Amino acid sequence: MKTWKEVTPGAVITEPGSSRKFKTGSWRAFRPRWIPENCIQCLLCWIYCPDMAIKVKDSKRGEFDYDYCKGCGLCALECPGKKGNKAIVMEEEGK
Amino acid sequence: MHRKIAATGNEAVANAMRIANPDVCGAYPITPATEIMQRFTSFVSNGQVNTEMVLAESEHSAMSACIGAAAAGGRVATATSSQGLAFMWEMLFIASGLRLPIVMGVANRALSAPINIHGDHSDAMGARDCGWIQLFSENAQEAFDNMLQAFRIAEHMDVRLPVMVGMDGFITSHSIQTMEWIDDETASKFIGEYKAVSPMLDIKHPVSYGPLILTDMYMEYRKAHEHVMSGVPKAVLEVAKEFEKISGRSYGLLEKYKLDDAEVAIVVMSSAAGTTKEVVDQFRENGVKAGVLKPRLFRPFPYAEIREALKHVKAVAVLDRADCFGGSHGPLYLDIAAAMYQSAERPLIINKIFGLGGRDYMPVHAENVLKELVQIAKDGKINSAKEYIGVRE
Repeated sequence: MKTWKEVTPGAVITEPGSSRKFKTGSWRAFRPRWIPENCIQCLLCWIYCPDMAIKVKDSKRGEFDYDYCKGCGLCALECPGKKGNKAIVMEEEGK
Repeated sequence: MHRKIAATGNEAVANAMRIANPDVCGAYPITPATEIMQRFTSFVSNGQVNTEMVLAESEHSAMSACIGAAAAGGRVATATSSQGLAFMWEMLFIASGLRLPIVMGVANRALSAPINIHGDHSDAMGARDCGWIQLFSENAQEAFDNMLQAFRIAEHMDVRLPVMVGMDGFITSHSIQTMEWIDDETASKFIGEYKAVSPMLDIKHPVSYGPLILTDMYMEYRKAHEHVMSGVPKAVLEVAKEFEKISGRSYGLLEKYKLDDAEVAIVVMSSAAGTTKEVVDQFRENGVKAGVLKPRLFRPFPYAEIREALKHVKAVAVLDRADCFGGSHGPLYLDIAAAMYQSAERPLIINKIFGLGGRDYMPVHAENVLKELVQIAKDGKINSAKEYIGVRE
Protein backbone atom coordinates (compact mmCIF):
# COMPACT_ATOMS: atom_id res chain seq x y z
CA MET A 1 0.00 0.00 0.00
CA LYS A 2 1.16 3.52 -0.84
CA THR A 3 2.10 6.03 1.88
CA TRP A 4 0.84 9.64 1.80
CA LYS A 5 4.16 10.68 0.24
CA GLU A 6 3.61 8.36 -2.73
CA VAL A 7 0.02 9.13 -3.76
CA THR A 8 -0.59 11.16 -6.93
CA PRO A 9 -1.72 14.79 -6.50
CA GLY A 10 -5.50 15.05 -6.44
CA ALA A 11 -5.87 11.26 -6.69
CA VAL A 12 -5.53 11.58 -10.47
CA ILE A 13 -5.11 8.22 -12.16
CA THR A 14 -2.43 8.49 -14.84
CA GLU A 15 -2.36 4.84 -15.90
CA PRO A 16 -5.08 4.07 -18.46
CA GLY A 17 -7.08 0.87 -18.04
CA SER A 18 -5.88 0.41 -14.48
CA SER A 19 -9.39 -0.40 -13.23
CA ARG A 20 -8.65 -3.96 -14.35
CA LYS A 21 -6.35 -4.17 -11.36
CA PHE A 22 -9.24 -3.40 -9.02
CA LYS A 23 -10.70 -6.84 -8.30
CA THR A 24 -14.22 -5.88 -7.33
CA GLY A 25 -15.17 -9.53 -6.88
CA SER A 26 -14.14 -9.16 -3.24
CA TRP A 27 -17.33 -7.11 -2.64
CA ARG A 28 -19.48 -10.18 -3.34
CA ALA A 29 -21.80 -11.53 -0.64
CA PHE A 30 -23.66 -13.95 -2.97
CA ARG A 31 -21.93 -16.02 -5.60
CA PRO A 32 -23.59 -17.06 -8.87
CA ARG A 33 -23.19 -20.73 -9.80
CA TRP A 34 -23.57 -21.80 -13.45
CA ILE A 35 -25.34 -25.08 -14.11
CA PRO A 36 -24.32 -25.97 -17.71
CA GLU A 37 -26.95 -28.70 -18.13
CA ASN A 38 -29.77 -26.13 -17.67
CA CYS A 39 -28.13 -23.51 -19.96
CA ILE A 40 -29.71 -22.89 -23.39
CA GLN A 41 -26.91 -20.44 -24.37
CA CYS A 42 -29.31 -17.51 -24.84
CA LEU A 43 -26.55 -15.19 -23.51
CA LEU A 44 -29.09 -13.01 -21.64
CA CYS A 45 -26.71 -13.20 -18.66
CA TRP A 46 -23.94 -11.75 -20.82
CA ILE A 47 -26.22 -8.92 -21.98
CA TYR A 48 -27.41 -8.03 -18.49
CA CYS A 49 -24.15 -8.40 -16.55
CA PRO A 50 -23.07 -4.86 -15.54
CA ASP A 51 -19.48 -5.95 -14.90
CA MET A 52 -18.63 -8.00 -18.01
CA ALA A 53 -18.09 -10.94 -15.69
CA ILE A 54 -19.54 -13.59 -18.06
CA LYS A 55 -16.78 -15.01 -20.21
CA VAL A 56 -17.91 -15.75 -23.77
CA LYS A 57 -15.85 -17.63 -26.33
CA ASP A 58 -17.00 -18.65 -29.86
CA SER A 59 -20.50 -17.34 -29.05
CA LYS A 60 -20.81 -19.69 -26.08
CA ARG A 61 -20.81 -18.64 -22.46
CA GLY A 62 -18.29 -20.21 -20.12
CA GLU A 63 -17.45 -19.75 -16.43
CA PHE A 64 -18.00 -16.56 -14.43
CA ASP A 65 -15.11 -14.18 -14.00
CA TYR A 66 -15.14 -14.13 -10.21
CA ASP A 67 -12.44 -11.42 -10.10
CA TYR A 68 -15.05 -8.88 -11.16
CA CYS A 69 -18.48 -10.42 -10.44
CA LYS A 70 -19.96 -8.39 -7.56
CA GLY A 71 -22.75 -10.92 -7.03
CA CYS A 72 -25.61 -8.57 -7.95
CA GLY A 73 -27.76 -11.51 -9.08
CA LEU A 74 -29.11 -9.88 -12.26
CA CYS A 75 -27.97 -12.85 -14.33
CA ALA A 76 -29.75 -15.33 -12.07
CA LEU A 77 -32.93 -13.23 -12.18
CA GLU A 78 -32.92 -12.93 -15.99
CA CYS A 79 -31.87 -16.54 -16.71
CA PRO A 80 -34.81 -18.35 -18.40
CA GLY A 81 -33.18 -21.78 -17.74
CA LYS A 82 -34.47 -24.95 -19.32
CA LYS A 83 -38.01 -26.18 -18.59
CA GLY A 84 -38.23 -24.03 -15.45
CA ASN A 85 -34.83 -25.06 -14.11
CA LYS A 86 -32.49 -22.04 -13.74
CA ALA A 87 -28.99 -22.31 -15.18
CA ILE A 88 -27.71 -19.72 -12.70
CA VAL A 89 -28.36 -19.85 -8.95
CA MET A 90 -27.10 -17.51 -6.23
CA GLU A 91 -25.38 -19.05 -3.23
CA GLU A 92 -24.16 -17.31 -0.10
CA GLU A 93 -20.40 -16.75 -0.08
CA GLY A 94 -18.38 -18.62 2.52
CA LYS A 95 -20.83 -21.49 2.87
CA MET B 1 4.23 52.89 -16.69
CA HIS B 2 2.39 52.47 -13.37
CA ARG B 3 -0.68 54.61 -13.77
CA LYS B 4 -2.55 55.99 -10.77
CA ILE B 5 -6.27 55.55 -11.26
CA ALA B 6 -9.54 55.59 -9.38
CA ALA B 7 -11.24 52.20 -9.33
CA THR B 8 -13.62 50.06 -7.32
CA GLY B 9 -12.42 46.81 -5.76
CA ASN B 10 -14.58 44.91 -8.24
CA GLU B 11 -12.99 46.77 -11.13
CA ALA B 12 -9.55 45.92 -9.76
CA VAL B 13 -10.41 42.21 -9.49
CA ALA B 14 -12.01 42.11 -12.96
CA ASN B 15 -8.92 43.70 -14.48
CA ALA B 16 -6.60 41.27 -12.72
CA MET B 17 -8.70 38.51 -14.29
CA ARG B 18 -8.43 40.21 -17.67
CA ILE B 19 -4.65 40.33 -17.38
CA ALA B 20 -4.54 36.63 -16.40
CA ASN B 21 -6.64 35.84 -19.50
CA PRO B 22 -8.22 32.62 -18.22
CA ASP B 23 -9.16 29.89 -20.69
CA VAL B 24 -12.52 29.41 -18.98
CA CYS B 25 -14.68 31.35 -16.55
CA GLY B 26 -17.78 29.69 -15.11
CA ALA B 27 -19.91 32.24 -13.31
CA TYR B 28 -23.25 33.12 -11.76
CA PRO B 29 -22.95 36.76 -10.67
CA ILE B 30 -24.13 37.78 -7.22
CA THR B 31 -24.20 41.03 -5.25
CA PRO B 32 -21.75 42.56 -4.37
CA ALA B 33 -19.45 40.64 -6.75
CA THR B 34 -21.74 41.21 -9.74
CA GLU B 35 -19.65 44.06 -11.11
CA ILE B 36 -16.63 41.73 -11.42
CA MET B 37 -18.53 39.54 -13.87
CA GLN B 38 -20.28 42.48 -15.54
CA ARG B 39 -16.89 43.97 -16.36
CA PHE B 40 -15.25 40.66 -17.17
CA THR B 41 -17.97 39.59 -19.61
CA SER B 42 -17.44 42.95 -21.37
CA PHE B 43 -13.78 42.05 -21.75
CA VAL B 44 -14.90 38.73 -23.26
CA SER B 45 -17.38 40.42 -25.64
CA ASN B 46 -14.81 43.03 -26.66
CA GLY B 47 -12.23 40.38 -27.45
CA GLN B 48 -9.82 41.66 -24.78
CA VAL B 49 -9.50 38.10 -23.42
CA ASN B 50 -9.71 34.66 -25.05
CA THR B 51 -11.92 33.27 -22.31
CA GLU B 52 -14.72 30.79 -22.85
CA MET B 53 -17.45 32.31 -20.69
CA VAL B 54 -19.84 29.76 -19.16
CA LEU B 55 -22.91 31.44 -17.70
CA ALA B 56 -24.24 28.74 -15.43
CA GLU B 57 -27.67 28.37 -13.79
CA SER B 58 -26.29 28.50 -10.23
CA GLU B 59 -23.06 28.92 -8.30
CA HIS B 60 -22.95 25.17 -7.74
CA SER B 61 -22.91 24.74 -11.51
CA ALA B 62 -20.52 27.65 -12.03
CA MET B 63 -17.95 26.05 -9.74
CA SER B 64 -18.63 22.66 -11.36
CA ALA B 65 -17.85 24.18 -14.77
CA CYS B 66 -14.67 25.68 -13.34
CA ILE B 67 -13.65 22.28 -11.96
CA GLY B 68 -14.27 20.53 -15.28
CA ALA B 69 -12.35 23.19 -17.20
CA ALA B 70 -9.43 23.13 -14.78
CA ALA B 71 -9.26 19.33 -14.93
CA ALA B 72 -9.34 19.59 -18.73
CA GLY B 73 -6.18 21.66 -18.49
CA GLY B 74 -7.21 25.32 -18.63
CA ARG B 75 -6.49 28.36 -16.50
CA VAL B 76 -9.75 29.09 -14.71
CA ALA B 77 -11.04 32.04 -12.73
CA THR B 78 -14.39 33.15 -11.33
CA ALA B 79 -15.91 35.35 -8.64
CA THR B 80 -18.73 35.12 -6.14
CA SER B 81 -20.04 36.24 -2.78
CA SER B 82 -22.15 35.22 0.23
CA GLN B 83 -24.96 32.77 -0.65
CA GLY B 84 -23.11 32.02 -3.87
CA LEU B 85 -20.02 30.89 -2.02
CA ALA B 86 -22.23 28.93 0.38
CA PHE B 87 -23.94 27.23 -2.55
CA MET B 88 -20.53 26.34 -3.99
CA TRP B 89 -19.46 24.75 -0.73
CA GLU B 90 -19.79 21.14 -1.86
CA MET B 91 -17.80 21.83 -5.02
CA LEU B 92 -15.11 23.82 -3.19
CA PHE B 93 -13.89 20.61 -1.57
CA ILE B 94 -13.80 18.91 -4.95
CA ALA B 95 -11.77 21.72 -6.52
CA SER B 96 -9.18 21.54 -3.76
CA GLY B 97 -9.23 17.75 -3.41
CA LEU B 98 -8.50 17.42 -7.13
CA ARG B 99 -5.71 20.00 -6.67
CA LEU B 100 -7.08 22.37 -9.32
CA PRO B 101 -5.53 25.86 -9.32
CA ILE B 102 -8.76 27.85 -9.75
CA VAL B 103 -8.66 31.52 -8.73
CA MET B 104 -11.77 33.16 -7.31
CA GLY B 105 -12.44 36.70 -6.24
CA VAL B 106 -14.84 36.92 -3.29
CA ALA B 107 -16.60 40.12 -2.25
CA ASN B 108 -17.15 39.05 1.35
CA ARG B 109 -20.76 39.43 2.38
CA ALA B 110 -23.09 38.41 5.20
CA LEU B 111 -25.15 35.22 5.04
CA SER B 112 -28.91 34.91 5.12
CA ALA B 113 -31.23 34.83 7.16
CA PRO B 114 -32.07 37.60 7.74
CA ILE B 115 -31.08 38.44 4.20
CA ASN B 116 -28.43 41.12 3.96
CA ILE B 117 -26.25 42.14 1.04
CA HIS B 118 -23.52 44.00 2.92
CA GLY B 119 -20.00 43.18 3.94
CA ASP B 120 -18.87 40.75 6.58
CA HIS B 121 -16.75 37.61 6.65
CA SER B 122 -19.40 34.95 7.32
CA ASP B 123 -19.17 33.58 3.77
CA ALA B 124 -15.40 33.14 3.76
CA MET B 125 -15.36 31.70 7.27
CA GLY B 126 -17.87 29.06 6.19
CA ALA B 127 -15.37 28.07 3.52
CA ARG B 128 -12.23 28.32 5.64
CA ASP B 129 -11.75 24.54 5.96
CA CYS B 130 -12.45 23.63 2.32
CA GLY B 131 -8.79 23.13 1.48
CA TRP B 132 -8.57 26.40 -0.46
CA ILE B 133 -5.95 29.06 0.08
CA GLN B 134 -7.55 32.27 1.40
CA LEU B 135 -6.08 35.75 1.04
CA PHE B 136 -7.79 38.86 2.45
CA SER B 137 -7.43 42.37 1.06
CA GLU B 138 -7.72 45.71 2.86
CA ASN B 139 -8.57 47.83 -0.16
CA ALA B 140 -8.88 47.83 -3.97
CA GLN B 141 -5.11 47.97 -4.39
CA GLU B 142 -4.61 44.88 -2.29
CA ALA B 143 -7.49 43.11 -4.03
CA PHE B 144 -5.80 43.78 -7.38
CA ASP B 145 -2.35 42.77 -6.12
CA ASN B 146 -3.62 39.67 -4.31
CA MET B 147 -5.62 38.59 -7.33
CA LEU B 148 -2.56 38.84 -9.62
CA GLN B 149 -0.45 36.94 -7.11
CA ALA B 150 -3.21 34.37 -6.58
CA PHE B 151 -2.67 32.98 -10.09
CA ARG B 152 1.01 32.49 -9.39
CA ILE B 153 0.36 30.93 -5.97
CA ALA B 154 -2.37 28.59 -7.23
CA GLU B 155 -0.36 27.52 -10.27
CA HIS B 156 2.94 27.17 -8.36
CA MET B 157 4.23 23.65 -8.99
CA ASP B 158 4.68 23.03 -5.24
CA VAL B 159 1.11 24.17 -4.57
CA ARG B 160 -1.52 23.47 -7.30
CA LEU B 161 -4.43 24.48 -5.08
CA PRO B 162 -7.37 26.84 -5.58
CA VAL B 163 -7.14 30.34 -4.12
CA MET B 164 -9.91 32.71 -3.06
CA VAL B 165 -9.14 36.39 -2.68
CA GLY B 166 -11.43 38.21 -0.28
CA MET B 167 -12.26 41.88 -0.06
CA ASP B 168 -15.03 43.49 1.98
CA GLY B 169 -18.35 43.57 0.15
CA PHE B 170 -19.42 47.14 -0.78
CA ILE B 171 -16.85 48.75 1.52
CA THR B 172 -14.08 47.65 -0.85
CA SER B 173 -15.94 46.11 -3.75
CA HIS B 174 -17.94 49.28 -4.55
CA SER B 175 -15.90 52.17 -3.13
CA ILE B 176 -13.89 54.08 -5.71
CA GLN B 177 -10.37 54.30 -4.41
CA THR B 178 -7.04 55.59 -5.65
CA MET B 179 -4.84 52.76 -6.71
CA GLU B 180 -1.86 52.03 -8.87
CA TRP B 181 -2.34 49.97 -12.01
CA ILE B 182 0.41 47.74 -13.29
CA ASP B 183 0.69 47.91 -17.07
CA ASP B 184 -0.74 44.87 -18.82
CA GLU B 185 2.51 43.70 -20.33
CA THR B 186 4.44 43.69 -17.05
CA ALA B 187 1.56 42.13 -15.13
CA SER B 188 0.82 39.40 -17.65
CA LYS B 189 4.54 38.60 -17.88
CA PHE B 190 4.53 38.27 -14.09
CA ILE B 191 1.60 35.82 -14.18
CA GLY B 192 3.16 33.89 -17.04
CA GLU B 193 1.95 31.07 -19.27
CA TYR B 194 -0.34 28.48 -17.78
CA LYS B 195 1.20 25.05 -17.35
CA ALA B 196 -1.34 22.27 -17.00
CA VAL B 197 -0.71 19.22 -14.82
CA SER B 198 -2.35 15.93 -15.92
CA PRO B 199 -4.83 17.64 -18.27
CA MET B 200 -7.77 15.49 -19.38
CA LEU B 201 -7.54 16.90 -22.91
CA ASP B 202 -4.06 15.45 -23.39
CA ILE B 203 -5.44 12.38 -25.13
CA LYS B 204 -2.00 10.89 -25.65
CA HIS B 205 -1.72 10.56 -21.87
CA PRO B 206 -5.21 9.57 -20.71
CA VAL B 207 -6.05 10.31 -17.08
CA SER B 208 -9.03 9.80 -14.78
CA TYR B 209 -10.19 12.37 -12.21
CA GLY B 210 -12.28 11.70 -9.14
CA PRO B 211 -11.85 8.01 -8.31
CA LEU B 212 -13.48 6.41 -5.29
CA ILE B 213 -10.94 6.30 -2.46
CA LEU B 214 -12.14 4.33 0.54
CA THR B 215 -10.92 3.44 4.01
CA ASP B 216 -7.62 2.01 2.82
CA MET B 217 -6.30 5.16 1.09
CA TYR B 218 -8.46 8.20 2.00
CA MET B 219 -6.35 9.31 4.95
CA GLU B 220 -3.19 9.23 2.82
CA TYR B 221 -4.74 11.72 0.37
CA ARG B 222 -5.90 13.97 3.24
CA LYS B 223 -2.46 13.89 4.84
CA ALA B 224 -0.92 14.71 1.44
CA HIS B 225 -3.29 17.71 1.13
CA GLU B 226 -2.36 18.93 4.61
CA HIS B 227 1.31 18.55 3.71
CA VAL B 228 0.91 20.61 0.53
CA MET B 229 -0.91 23.28 2.55
CA SER B 230 2.03 23.48 4.95
CA GLY B 231 4.27 24.49 2.04
CA VAL B 232 1.94 27.27 0.85
CA PRO B 233 3.42 30.09 3.00
CA LYS B 234 6.83 29.57 1.37
CA ALA B 235 5.28 29.86 -2.10
CA VAL B 236 3.23 32.91 -1.06
CA LEU B 237 6.39 34.69 0.09
CA GLU B 238 8.30 33.67 -3.02
CA VAL B 239 5.56 35.09 -5.26
CA ALA B 240 5.34 38.24 -3.10
CA LYS B 241 9.06 38.85 -3.54
CA GLU B 242 8.75 38.71 -7.31
CA PHE B 243 5.65 40.88 -7.18
CA GLU B 244 7.56 43.52 -5.25
CA LYS B 245 10.02 43.74 -8.13
CA ILE B 246 7.30 44.76 -10.59
CA SER B 247 5.14 46.83 -8.25
CA GLY B 248 7.34 48.21 -5.50
CA ARG B 249 4.74 46.95 -3.02
CA SER B 250 5.80 44.42 -0.44
CA TYR B 251 3.52 41.69 0.89
CA GLY B 252 4.00 39.12 3.63
CA LEU B 253 1.81 36.45 5.21
CA LEU B 254 0.57 39.20 7.51
CA GLU B 255 1.04 42.92 7.95
CA LYS B 256 2.49 44.32 11.14
CA TYR B 257 1.66 47.97 11.81
CA LYS B 258 3.66 49.56 14.63
CA LEU B 259 3.59 46.16 16.28
CA ASP B 260 7.24 45.49 17.12
CA ASP B 261 7.27 47.55 20.33
CA ALA B 262 3.50 47.48 20.94
CA GLU B 263 2.05 46.76 24.37
CA VAL B 264 -1.54 46.63 23.14
CA ALA B 265 -2.66 45.46 19.71
CA ILE B 266 -5.71 44.85 17.58
CA VAL B 267 -5.84 41.89 15.20
CA VAL B 268 -8.25 42.56 12.34
CA MET B 269 -8.58 41.61 8.69
CA SER B 270 -9.50 43.50 5.53
CA SER B 271 -10.91 47.04 5.34
CA ALA B 272 -11.31 47.56 9.11
CA ALA B 273 -7.53 47.42 9.42
CA GLY B 274 -7.33 50.81 7.69
CA THR B 275 -9.57 52.52 10.25
CA THR B 276 -7.73 50.78 13.07
CA LYS B 277 -4.33 52.02 11.85
CA GLU B 278 -5.61 55.63 11.91
CA VAL B 279 -6.75 55.25 15.50
CA VAL B 280 -3.49 53.53 16.48
CA ASP B 281 -1.63 56.58 15.12
CA GLN B 282 -3.69 58.85 17.40
CA PHE B 283 -2.98 56.64 20.42
CA ARG B 284 0.73 56.62 19.56
CA GLU B 285 0.68 60.42 19.54
CA ASN B 286 -0.68 60.25 23.08
CA GLY B 287 2.10 57.93 24.17
CA VAL B 288 0.23 54.60 24.01
CA LYS B 289 2.27 51.83 22.43
CA ALA B 290 -0.47 50.45 20.21
CA GLY B 291 -0.19 48.34 17.06
CA VAL B 292 -2.14 46.35 14.49
CA LEU B 293 -1.74 42.86 13.11
CA LYS B 294 -3.54 42.29 9.83
CA PRO B 295 -3.50 38.65 8.64
CA ARG B 296 -3.31 38.45 4.83
CA LEU B 297 -2.97 34.70 4.41
CA PHE B 298 -5.82 33.20 6.45
CA ARG B 299 -5.67 29.66 5.03
CA PRO B 300 -3.27 28.10 5.61
CA PHE B 301 -3.05 30.06 8.86
CA PRO B 302 0.52 31.18 9.58
CA TYR B 303 0.61 30.05 13.22
CA ALA B 304 4.38 30.38 13.77
CA GLU B 305 4.60 33.88 12.28
CA ILE B 306 1.56 35.05 14.29
CA ARG B 307 3.07 33.66 17.48
CA GLU B 308 6.31 35.51 16.80
CA ALA B 309 4.48 38.75 15.98
CA LEU B 310 2.26 38.82 19.09
CA LYS B 311 4.18 37.10 21.90
CA HIS B 312 5.63 40.31 23.37
CA VAL B 313 2.29 42.18 23.41
CA LYS B 314 0.56 42.51 26.82
CA ALA B 315 -3.06 42.68 25.67
CA VAL B 316 -4.60 41.82 22.31
CA ALA B 317 -8.12 42.21 20.94
CA VAL B 318 -9.09 40.01 18.00
CA LEU B 319 -11.83 41.64 15.93
CA ASP B 320 -13.98 39.16 14.06
CA ARG B 321 -16.33 40.21 11.26
CA ALA B 322 -18.14 36.85 11.65
CA ASP B 323 -19.25 34.76 14.58
CA CYS B 324 -19.18 31.05 15.32
CA PHE B 325 -22.55 30.39 16.86
CA GLY B 326 -22.67 28.10 19.85
CA GLY B 327 -21.08 30.06 22.67
CA SER B 328 -17.69 29.94 20.98
CA HIS B 329 -15.45 32.83 19.97
CA GLY B 330 -15.15 34.26 16.47
CA PRO B 331 -13.17 32.27 13.89
CA LEU B 332 -10.15 34.59 13.77
CA TYR B 333 -9.95 34.62 17.57
CA LEU B 334 -9.94 30.82 17.67
CA ASP B 335 -6.92 30.64 15.39
CA ILE B 336 -5.05 33.46 17.12
CA ALA B 337 -5.70 31.88 20.52
CA ALA B 338 -4.59 28.46 19.25
CA ALA B 339 -1.40 30.03 17.89
CA MET B 340 -0.62 31.84 21.14
CA TYR B 341 -1.46 28.91 23.42
CA GLN B 342 1.70 27.20 22.19
CA SER B 343 3.85 30.09 23.34
CA ALA B 344 4.98 30.36 26.98
CA GLU B 345 5.12 34.12 26.49
CA ARG B 346 1.74 35.37 25.34
CA PRO B 347 -0.71 38.26 25.66
CA LEU B 348 -4.10 38.31 27.32
CA ILE B 349 -6.56 38.03 24.43
CA ILE B 350 -10.12 39.28 24.10
CA ASN B 351 -12.56 38.88 21.24
CA LYS B 352 -14.86 41.48 19.70
CA ILE B 353 -17.49 40.71 17.10
CA PHE B 354 -18.04 43.74 14.87
CA GLY B 355 -19.39 44.98 11.56
CA LEU B 356 -21.82 42.14 10.84
CA GLY B 357 -24.02 42.70 7.81
CA GLY B 358 -22.06 45.83 6.90
CA ARG B 359 -22.57 47.62 10.26
CA ASP B 360 -20.16 50.55 10.27
CA TYR B 361 -16.89 50.15 12.11
CA MET B 362 -16.11 53.64 13.31
CA PRO B 363 -12.91 55.08 14.82
CA VAL B 364 -14.71 55.28 18.16
CA HIS B 365 -15.03 51.49 18.20
CA ALA B 366 -11.28 51.05 17.78
CA GLU B 367 -10.70 53.74 20.43
CA ASN B 368 -12.88 51.95 22.96
CA VAL B 369 -11.18 48.63 22.27
CA LEU B 370 -7.72 50.17 22.67
CA LYS B 371 -8.77 51.88 25.93
CA GLU B 372 -9.98 48.53 27.24
CA LEU B 373 -6.69 46.90 26.19
CA VAL B 374 -4.67 49.56 27.99
CA GLN B 375 -6.64 48.78 31.16
CA ILE B 376 -6.15 45.01 30.71
CA ALA B 377 -2.41 45.51 30.14
CA LYS B 378 -2.26 47.55 33.37
CA ASP B 379 -4.21 45.34 35.79
CA GLY B 380 -4.18 41.97 34.00
CA LYS B 381 -7.95 41.57 34.38
CA ILE B 382 -10.36 40.61 31.60
CA ASN B 383 -13.98 41.60 32.17
CA SER B 384 -15.45 40.10 29.02
CA ALA B 385 -13.70 37.52 26.83
CA LYS B 386 -16.14 37.95 23.97
CA GLU B 387 -18.38 40.88 23.21
CA TYR B 388 -20.34 42.35 20.31
CA ILE B 389 -19.38 45.95 19.59
CA GLY B 390 -21.43 48.50 17.68
CA VAL B 391 -24.63 46.71 18.63
CA ARG B 392 -27.63 48.28 20.40
CA GLU B 393 -27.89 46.78 23.87
